[in-house]
Amino acid sequence: MYSKILILHFPPVITQKPIVYYLTKNFDLLFNILHARVSSEKAGYMVLEISGTKDNFNKGIKFLKNHDIKITSAEHEILRDDEQCTHCGACTAICPTEALSIKRPEMEVIYDKKKCSVCELCILACPTRIMKLSSKNTENIFK
Amino acid sequence: MGKHRINKTYKEINEKIKSGKAVVVTAEEIIDIVKENGAVEAANNVDVVTTGTFAPMCSSGAFLNIGQTKPLIRTTSTLFNNVPAYSGLAAVDCFLGATQPCEDDPLNKIYPGEFNYGGGHVIQDLVAGKKVTLKAKAYATDDYPKTRLEKTIVLNDLSQAILCNPRNAYQNYNCAINMSDKIKYSYMGILKPEMGNANYSTSAQLSPLLNDPYLKTIGLGTRIFLGGAMGYVTWNGTQHKKDVDRSSIGVPLTPSATLFVMGDLKEMSPKWLVGQSFKGYGCSLSVGLGVPIPILNEEMAQYTAVSDDELFTQIIDYGDGYGQGNFKSYGQVSYGELKSGTIMVNGKKVQTVPLSSIVKAREIADKLKQWILKKGFLLGEPQHFF
Repeated sequence: MYSKILILHFPPVITQKPIVYYLTKNFDLLFNILHARVSSEKAGYMVLEISGTKDNFNKGIKFLKNHDIKITSAEHEILRDDEQCTHCGACTAICPTEALSIKRPEMEVIYDKKKCSVCELCILACPTRIMKLSSKNTENIFK
Repeated sequence: MGKHRINKTYKEINEKIKSGKAVVVTAEEIIDIVKENGAVEAANNVDVVTTGTFAPMCSSGAFLNIGQTKPLIRTTSTLFNNVPAYSGLAAVDCFLGATQPCEDDPLNKIYPGEFNYGGGHVIQDLVAGKKVTLKAKAYATDDYPKTRLEKTIVLNDLSQAILCNPRNAYQNYNCAINMSDKIKYSYMGILKPEMGNANYSTSAQLSPLLNDPYLKTIGLGTRIFLGGAMGYVTWNGTQHKKDVDRSSIGVPLTPSATLFVMGDLKEMSPKWLVGQSFKGYGCSLSVGLGVPIPILNEEMAQYTAVSDDELFTQIIDYGDGYGQGNFKSYGQVSYGELKSGTIMVNGKKVQTVPLSSIVKAREIADKLKQWILKKGFLLGEPQHFF
């Protein structure tokens, strides 16, 4: 069983259509609506947990994309603007997982995203403000 | 003269720079040279040692002349991207300080404040060539009738922009810990309670004033690397102190000498002037600064050969102590220990956190070396010592 939480952005022209019903009917996918909203401009926003086989999941995602639904991941990550990093080291005071650490003897500040717990403490601890919270890259969802 | 075996003058070293024969090394490279060959031989071979530092230097700012308009204005209030600059000067002069927050900043009303934009950020935006909104106010006089001014400017629109930092390149600085049971937000960064971390800020063996502990070669007129361009030492800095405790090799053990530096902001770069936001504390500016030290004799070779293990600072409590003016030392540590990643304080192993970039300091020392070797950057002979 493959499962992911996704954020779907519906353009106004298709908000009225029962699109997600087809995820079950055509692709045998389970969906759980975690949040849904239609804006005053009639654009739709829906947070869905979608489960099924990996193959069906991919087909379902392709179907949604073909209907001009923009998909982002609900998962977030912390990104560093490497070019702007001054390698001061201030962030290493508060990083609880040592995702931000100092490479010695060079004294370079290393960011190992794999160790990051997305606690967000570094965002305001960085005096140059180069740590940013961002929606996880969705490219790998569609592979 | 006479007491040294090697004696060189600024003039002789400058002649060697001009003819491309000068030997220039960084403050890190000289360490092994002196260790292997001795100070006399090193002084015989090396002409200049380059240093560097890149760290938040709060006492920084710029004199800006916004240029006249028609009708004329005598500004009494000047804002750059909503950051106020002191305007109690003639006509269209003002001074923009690095720590000045923007007008609508909530400061620490919502504690700890974020301080996302201030004078240091305006300075960085200006040198990056970005557009900045200028708003000025004045009262009308017979000779200066205009009372309001609003326009978008870039750095080159200003008649003059002079970086003018009253206190930079601090010779040594405290190592900050927090002995209280609450997290503290300071200009030394975030300090976790019960000595959760120990923050320090220096480039140590690369630091300009730690390589010339008595400022024997640095004075008014010393030409330096400042913000990516050529600048000058124009006076001693504020809070400059010489009468301090020193180690056996003469290096201060507490914050001591400082430099007043100036340079043309229009020649500088956003890579070396970086706006800073210290959570709960305020805004600042990180400044890139490097000083070339002439090896006039073996004494200077020996001074510049100082290494992290021979440089010491004091551990100060920024929890309750510092704010109350209590600067009691909780121990003396070397920069070698601080750079290792942990130190022992009161029997507890404490993580160390640098705030001064060694990566950038090294880059400045290297750049200054290249300037002297390839661009004929000449040494400025001090006209007055501090």
